[in-house]
Amino acid sequence: MTKKSLFSTKTIVATGLGAALFMVLFMFVKIPSPIPETNLQIAYGVSAFFGAVFGPICGFLVAFIGHALNDFSYGAPWWSWVIASGVAAAIGGMVYFMIDADSGKIGKSEIFKFCAMNIVGNAIAWVIVAPILDIVIYAEPVNLVFTQGLVAFVLDAICACVVGSLLLLAYAKTKTSKGSLTKE
Amino acid sequence: MKVKMFSYNQLDTYIHHLSGLTKFVCFLLLTTTVMLSFDIRVILFVLILSFALFKVAKIKFSQVKLMLIYVFIFLITNFILTFVFAPLQGVEIYGTEHVLFTIAGPYVVTLEQLFYQITKLLKYLSIVPLGIMFFLTTNPSEFASSLNKIKVNYKACTALSLTLRYFPDVQRDYHSISLAQQARGTELSNKEKLSKRFKNIISILTPLIFTTLDRIELITNAMELRGYGKSKTRTWYAYRPLNKNDYIAMGVCLAIFIASLLITTFVNHSIYFNPFI
Repeated sequence: MTKKSLFSTKTIVATGLGAALFMVLFMFVKIPSPIPETNLQIAYGVSAFFGAVFGPICGFLVAFIGHALNDFSYGAPWWSWVIASGVAAAIGGMVYFMIDADSGKIGKSEIFKFCAMNIVGNAIAWVIVAPILDIVIYAEPVNLVFTQGLVAFVLDAICACVVGSLLLLAYAKTKTSKGSLTKE
Repeated sequence: MKVKMFSYNQLDTYIHHLSGLTKFVCFLLLTTTVMLSFDIRVILFVLILSFALFKVAKIKFSQVKLMLIYVFIFLITNFILTFVFAPLQGVEIYGTEHVLFTIAGPYVVTLEQLFYQITKLLKYLSIVPLGIMFFLTTNPSEFASSLNKIKVNYKACTALSLTLRYFPDVQRDYHSISLAQQARGTELSNKEKLSKRFKNIISILTPLIFTTLDRIELITNAMELRGYGKSKTRTWYAYRPLNKNDYIAMGVCLAIFIASLLITTFVNHSIYFNPFI
């Protein structure tokens, strides 16, 4: 199968529904961690998965729209973290250009690439982007935001890698891989 | 688990009659004003304005009670955490130190710290009503069309309106899958160990993702059959042209925004308002 365009109708629909899914999970499925204001968010696995299957723009919008709308339900979005969510998914979604999930061939090396990109993405987003925006926009204390950022990085990277890889493997199994039939 | 969010209903008020574009622009202007300023006078002004608009929009307290509780929990946690992590942040910002009393070790309560934390608290509090109001008084389809009017790519706008449209459906799917799994004995509450709980949540997630992927296929086909994405631009069914009131509202918000910037540059000479010097 050839690579799809980044703006095909399917990508847009996937973005819309992915964001809805992200929002539902973000609201209802969270496992509290011992550090306040941070949770083990399964939703980041979903944005990583959508990024890998439908491309970085889709990943970015899934996390950005999902997170922003979720925050709107409490009043106003916490923009620095919303942007960081999007950045993490966008960088993680770069793996779209390296692996082809639709071919049904997801092996160890694909999973390794997927995890590596997501760890890099989450590191940039939570250790660099989120704390700096927090300081610039909200004048939060420096060591508070870096501590929160570090915790968020560890938790979200775990979610993105574990949940994302499991979903990717399950997804690949539903696709017929090329040349899986042999002539007898 | 029934969350009544984005429960938009059509009322006959000034705020409801404004176009979605106006409300979005005003929301962005006012929140940016608050974001860029650390002056308690500006923030108080926006706070009072936003609660006054709450009255104008006839939003009932019962509609927003749950959200406000969440916000207060968040604000109080943030208030305490800020003090624990940086008890002298206020002193650093304002450059003076008026000690009120000492708790223990480095934990000294200063006037500056109190002033800084109260300003920050009000800063968050003042944008909350604006966000709530925006969502309760704006038709979701009109919201997407208004984003398109400020030059956001229409495909991103479609994605957003699809999100708003399908959020309830996905929520219902999630709910029924979760109940089905629980009927089969999957424990999801905190009685279970963390690792087991993680695994159990995956058992809900997998069917949920595949239902969603099926639905994506279906909607894509429907949209493609109707020729979506053929042209460069798109018209919106829910779009409303602007009238006099829209321009007045936008003008007022722009004036507040500019006034705040002027205060920052010419009166305070920084984003902080410093009463201690």
